[in-house]
Amino acid sequence: MTAKGEMISITVTINGLPYTAAVSATMNLTDFIREVANLTGTNVGCGEGECGACTVFLDGSSVNSCIVLAVDADGKEVTTIEGIGGPNGDLHPVQQAFIDCGAIQCGFCTPGMIMQAIWFLKQNPDPTPEEVRAGLEGNLCRCTGYEKIVDAVLTAAQQMNAVETSVR
Amino acid sequence: MTENNEYNVIGKRVPKVDAREKATGAAIFGHDLRLPGMLEGKILRSKRAHANFTIDISKAEKIPGVVAVITAETYPHVKNLGFLQDNPALKKGKVCSYRDEIAAVAAVNPETAEDAINAIEVEYEDLPNVCDIEFACMENAPVLHEHAPDNILKHRYDFVHGDPEKALEEADFKVTSTYRLQYVAHCCMEPCFAAAQWDGPDRLTVYSTTQIPHLMQRDLGRVLGIPAAHIRIKQMVIGGAFGSKLDTYPYEIITCLLAKKTGRPVRIAFDREEEFIASVTRQPAVITVSHGCTKDGKLTARIFDAVLDNGSNSSWGATTPHIMANPVSSLYKVENVRMKAKMVYTNNAYAGAFRGYGNPQATFAIESNLDELAKVAGIDPLELRRRNFNEPGETTPQDLKITTCGMKECTEAAVEAIDYDKPLEEWEGVGFANMIHVGGGARIYLSDGSGVTVKVDDFGRVVIITGATEIGQGTDTAMAMIASEELGVPLENISILNSDTDYGMWDAGVHASRTTFIVGNATLRACRMVKEQLIEAAAKKMKIEPGKVVFEKGVFYPEGGSPEDGMKVDKVARSMHFRRQGKHPMATYYYDPPNELQDMKTLKGNVSSTYAYGTHACRVKVDPETGKVKILKFVAAHDVGKVINRQGIEGQLHGGIAQGIGYALMEDMVFEDGKLLNPNLLDYKLVMARDMPPMELIFIETDDPEGPYGAKGIGEAGLIPTAAAIANAVESAIGARIRDLPITPEKVLAAIRGVK
Ligand code: FES
Ligand code: FES
Repeated sequence: MTAKGEMISITVTINGLPYTAAVSATMNLTDFIREVANLTGTNVGCGEGECGACTVFLDGSSVNSCIVLAVDADGKEVTTIEGIGGPNGDLHPVQQAFIDCGAIQCGFCTPGMIMQAIWFLKQNPDPTPEEVRAGLEGNLCRCTGYEKIVDAVLTAAQQMNAVETSVR
Repeated sequence: MTENNEYNVIGKRVPKVDAREKATGAAIFGHDLRLPGMLEGKILRSKRAHANFTIDISKAEKIPGVVAVITAETYPHVKNLGFLQDNPALKKGKVCSYRDEIAAVAAVNPETAEDAINAIEVEYEDLPNVCDIEFACMENAPVLHEHAPDNILKHRYDFVHGDPEKALEEADFKVTSTYRLQYVAHCCMEPCFAAAQWDGPDRLTVYSTTQIPHLMQRDLGRVLGIPAAHIRIKQMVIGGAFGSKLDTYPYEIITCLLAKKTGRPVRIAFDREEEFIASVTRQPAVITVSHGCTKDGKLTARIFDAVLDNGSNSSWGATTPHIMANPVSSLYKVENVRMKAKMVYTNNAYAGAFRGYGNPQATFAIESNLDELAKVAGIDPLELRRRNFNEPGETTPQDLKITTCGMKECTEAAVEAIDYDKPLEEWEGVGFANMIHVGGGARIYLSDGSGVTVKVDDFGRVVIITGATEIGQGTDTAMAMIASEELGVPLENISILNSDTDYGMWDAGVHASRTTFIVGNATLRACRMVKEQLIEAAAKKMKIEPGKVVFEKGVFYPEGGSPEDGMKVDKVARSMHFRRQGKHPMATYYYDPPNELQDMKTLKGNVSSTYAYGTHACRVKVDPETGKVKILKFVAAHDVGKVINRQGIEGQLHGGIAQGIGYALMEDMVFEDGKLLNPNLLDYKLVMARDMPPMELIFIETDDPEGPYGAKGIGEAGLIPTAAAIANAVESAIGARIRDLPITPEKVLAAIRGVK
């Protein structure tokens, strides 16, 4: 890595594991995730905060990682698409619903869309279809027309709520 | 919408076979590729629409970390790209658009590559811009390319049937209008990507997101001057294509050249701005249409005249009139038809293939114009259409042979679903549009074929090896479903091997909605051949005649016996080769559909072996204060032949409709003197989840005799009539016709003011 200016050593915890690297002040969090941690599930559709393909959680909140500086994630916790499933390849209910409902075509928007959906359902566990559509506003998909994505989010909500109820 | 019970798998709702890897982030897209020693390539593009230039790369070459800088001089023998071979990968001395490539660098990382690009010195000597098709066609307009002194591409389209001018003259009612279609970007969520690696001077591997692996292999061989037999194309998981990857482009050649020059693997990955500026677009057009009809509303004449802005170089956009000719000649019964089209070179962006391939533009103009005719003739627009429906068994003016045709059924189903007779509230409107499109392949090249190999292993796993390309449309899943249906093997035991020209058999590429139809047929036939082999082996094992073997749900058993005593696929497979002179259950089928290459002059010939029909209907509400169009309900009824994967076909239609709504209402690449003013996803408006209306899909199953299980191709259908249906509904709401897309609130307000 040659880069302009001085390198800054940072540590970002991604999916529970700490990654330490010296990075340039201008490196964004997506690049840190993809190049330093070598987790390539997080996609880059625009690099300008307009498409949502790079959505991850930063200290529990959904962010477009392409417009977060890596240095600003120093000492923080990041969760990516690789970090949401259970052990042994178990899927998160939102992942499962995306598969079952046909919410995936080319799949490039999918990791970001799933992350946003999980975060949205945390805020609003029992949404209406309109609320889902509003909640996904920052995430673009060119393939699906969103119909089955909305289905998937509603289906996941139902399943997650059913599990909640049965646990209670 | 009945689930059909005739089949175990076909017609059901099946999640995509590649969905899991895409949901977990495991899918390897282009930008995920890591090759040891790989360098970052970057392209310097023109800063002028039209200019002569000189270039100095010496400063860039000296930057530490820069491994190569190349220009047109570096590899002078590289041949041109493009349909008319008018497009050098690196331009020499003259640029004709902002997207033009003038130099490229390979460096150890993206930042250094960027620095090197900025250090290249270019001096421009401006030439007059030709950014308007009317200006381009004028007598003394500046010339872009020597081979086209009038700026008009040499191939022109002039299709005629009957005597349309006379028929129009004699028509009881007639109407003529001009429609303008804008530039639209594919906006694949994944920007363009390529990587290349050489092994010695003439052996090349390219990692690509192409839709045409085998044609690309040929293109690269020709352009680079190496044997195509030394080239291997490996496709990555592809993040959307929609036609944009149907050609071989300069950046792909440049990637190969940088890799050659450096002796290391090189990748080029566009950012979003470069994607907007330097990938192909939908072909913009100005189309004048006339229709004439009798007092009873029988269509007697259609004259269609299109001028297409070809941009600076030729790609597949230059041949879209070929497909425009299908709806012009064959949408509804019209006895006298003419289509003329010419493509004009300008200093704008150039166009490629985009879902529908000219058909959305043509259908917009035709279906808008039919509503205008209905108004002039005083006939209900729906009734006018009913009087001119296409029918099965028809041979159209273009010699398209219509086998199955669900136009009538689609229309009537849409009429019911949209509740046509329900009275309209103030500022509410309802509109319809129909479509015809190739549904059984399209013979654009001499070959429209594709080959599939099916192998069954000792454990009952079925592997399908194919040259077909998955771009998200779901072909892999359709193939797996067909194999599951035929061989009784569960879907989770089936895998698809594609994405590599070394093992995939020739395929003409993903275009023309052809893949499920063509590759589906190949898979079906290969599976049936394997089934024969298994039946024969099972008969031997059971010591009975093959005719006495029953095969059901993956179990072979003797006639009159019971499945419990039968043998499963894996056991039969093992019995075939665990013996002397053994055989392995596998078969290859190469399917080439019974369609024809059209005569380039007359444009006649049965280009597809079947045709897909569909009706879109929508209700809209216009806000007279803001001019905003809200779609209250959208109905899409399609003659799909037969549903293969219900979930997949719904997704294809939803996605097509969404792109059609964007085309109709929002999407617009704004050029000023050849420069794109909105090359980002903030200013170029894509449809978002909130913009989508309630949709109702209706599938009309006409059981096509040539389709796999009766299916037709429908990958493009969802987009084709969408804009026309919306434009007709807007007219119905405001009483004024908007003939230029997109139908923005400003245009709606202006139209409303015009009426008052
Ligand atoms: S890549 Fe971050 S928002 Fe598009
Ligand atoms: S599935 Fe392709 S962009 Fe969403």
